[in-house]
Amino acid sequence: MSEIKIKNKDIVVPGEELAEGMDFIPSGAAYRVKDKIFSNRVGLVQVDGRIVKVIPLNGKYNPERNDVVIGKIVDILMSGWRIDLISPYEGVLNIRDASDRFIKKGEDLTRFFQIGDWIMAKVTNVTTQKLVDLTTKGYGLGKLEPGRIIKVSPYKVPRIIGKKGSMMRMITKATDCKINVGQNGIIWISGSPDQEILVAKVIKLIEEEAHISGLTARIKEFLEKETGKKIEEGD
Amino acid sequence: MSYDKRVDGRGFDELRKMEAKVGVIPRADGSAYFSMGGTSAYAAVYGPRQTYPKFLQDPSKGVLRCHYAMMPFSGAGDRVRPGPNRRAKEISLVTTNALLPAIDLHEFPNAIVDVFISLPETDAGSRCAGICAASLALADAGIPMTELVGAVAVGRVDDKVVVDLCYDEEAYEEGEVADIPVAMLYNKGEISLLQMDGKISKDMLLEALERAKKALTFIHDVQVKALKERFKQVENIE
Amino acid sequence: MNDTGKAYFLKILNAGFRLDDRKSDEFRKLKIIRGCSKTAEGSAELFLGETHVIAGVKFSIEVPFPDTPDEGVLMVNVEQSPVASPEFEEGPPTIEAIELSRVVDRGLRESKAIDLKGLCITPGEKVWSVSVDIVTLNDDGNLLDACGLAALAALQDARFPKVVDGKPDYHELTEEKLVLSELPIPVTVYKYGESLIIDPLHEEEVLADARLTVTTLSSGEICALQKGFDGTLSIDSIDKMIELSLKKSKELRSELKKELN
Repeated sequence: MSEIKIKNKDIVVPGEELAEGMDFIPSGAAYRVKDKIFSNRVGLVQVDGRIVKVIPLNGKYNPERNDVVIGKIVDILMSGWRIDLISPYEGVLNIRDASDRFIKKGEDLTRFFQIGDWIMAKVTNVTTQKLVDLTTKGYGLGKLEPGRIIKVSPYKVPRIIGKKGSMMRMITKATDCKINVGQNGIIWISGSPDQEILVAKVIKLIEEEAHISGLTARIKEFLEKETGKKIEEGD
Repeated sequence: MSYDKRVDGRGFDELRKMEAKVGVIPRADGSAYFSMGGTSAYAAVYGPRQTYPKFLQDPSKGVLRCHYAMMPFSGAGDRVRPGPNRRAKEISLVTTNALLPAIDLHEFPNAIVDVFISLPETDAGSRCAGICAASLALADAGIPMTELVGAVAVGRVDDKVVVDLCYDEEAYEEGEVADIPVAMLYNKGEISLLQMDGKISKDMLLEALERAKKALTFIHDVQVKALKERFKQVENIE
Repeated sequence: MNDTGKAYFLKILNAGFRLDDRKSDEFRKLKIIRGCSKTAEGSAELFLGETHVIAGVKFSIEVPFPDTPDEGVLMVNVEQSPVASPEFEEGPPTIEAIELSRVVDRGLRESKAIDLKGLCITPGEKVWSVSVDIVTLNDDGNLLDACGLAALAALQDARFPKVVDGKPDYHELTEEKLVLSELPIPVTVYKYGESLIIDPLHEEEVLADARLTVTTLSSGEICALQKGFDGTLSIDSIDKMIELSLKKSKELRSELKKELN
């Protein structure tokens, strides 16, 4: 007999038993020992038919191919730059991935990016030993002008962006700030200073309450109160 | 002679008052506070992060490193000189070994997870409180772990097997005392920390370990409650 | 170094803003919990926003130093515990940690808030030694002021232990409190170009050109100074920094007194 021990959307902790019996299949941060399924992270449970999935709620950014990330130039190498991604692993941006223009051998690389600059980049490759290649070629990628940088848990990024970008659109509209979100949890904000502070506050609020239902409505209410503007529903 | 009544009036199987809180150090990647009676521990997790010095790197998986430290004013007697000493180093090692069997760092080759434990006050059982806090902090940091780890000291005071000794029991002078810190993986039921000072018979030791297992179910409940509190569904915060 | 963070911060400072919604001369919320460590003879936990430190006082009976046979001993030590920040490491104190310890020590010592002669038991033989240890738990900036204030709060909480056979019995504290005749308040002012702020967040603190820690007494007199970082100060800006520090120290002093009642 198979039996489920938790409810959909429950918060579970490492070692918590989720289901018993071979009818259920573990997914995400769930794992099986003999006929039982447990969680190996603090996470949110999703039960979908026979699949018991645990979506982790916290953790460091671990780079994956095709992620769009924001990072800081921390060193200049012979043929590229070393990028801090607030991750256990740094990224490397090779000159051939930095510009469409041909960069001559021996050219001064600080003409493109200097130490301390923030860039938006895409992960092109991650090896088993976690060597991370980046590119800044592509729409929206490249150097970010001086702006407010804040850091959030990478696990909260999907909620900050919202369904098809809905949350970001709402915040952008209400505050007139330009906002870029890296999947590694780094967020770049540029607008008027008081509105930037407001965006930082809203993002902190989303981060704290990301797993609570009714998030969009609460954020909308908060933004309306703070800005005194009426925010229209939908896009 | 017989040890008929515990110095603080507890039952022989009774734990001291426990308190746990998760997410107490904002700058850490994960953190927790755990207290049992007059012993309190903070644990902060930093990582997985880049490993320095480089020779500690393991290309096949991440490395866990625990550091135990008493605050200078946390001892029962004189001021404790700050900085690592032989006792703190040994406890750091056994703490790491107590937690490692529950931790899976294969996703993090070459990286390190540092756990710093710091105690503002102690009344025996400090390594156990440290392990309870560290286990919570690791879960809070999102480190993959098959289960939580809990720890408690059991032992013998004169003719009685007791759970969660306090300092006055460790220092009991009218009979033999044995102090046995035990850490356990709850689901597996396996012991990951075992030390002892004092004198005890094998039968008494085995009885003490059974009592530890039972006591740990209460500690586990406190740990789970604290973790869920941290991530609970809050309604209508405005 | 061209750090985008600094260029950005200077821009918003000039517009009259900082990284949170405080004014430039505004402290974060101060919270003090006394008696947080039962093994110390006096203790206090102090929060300044998300900056969190804990201070404890231990008494012992020692032989006085030969050059001051009738004076007790005061020792102040700050530990930058690696619990508090990814930048702190285990091991011997860094130069920064030693500076922090010495600045807190100087404020207390030079204020003569603790009457060292009053700590003498038998001249040349026995005196009380007072050790104040401050341990960091979360560094979100301005540890200098947080540690200085925490030390005061712990000292206000301290009671002498009972003496049995010439040794302190830490299990039993007497009702006798340590007397503090002054509350020397450190307020550190941070300088960025021509802009000044106090109580910086960690992110703000690391961008500063220079800082000046001014420790002042209730009379308005200054009892200790420390210029920090490698930037320079004009006499004019020192004037403004001291003004700012004095103004803030009055508020902090009354908070420390209020918290005690």
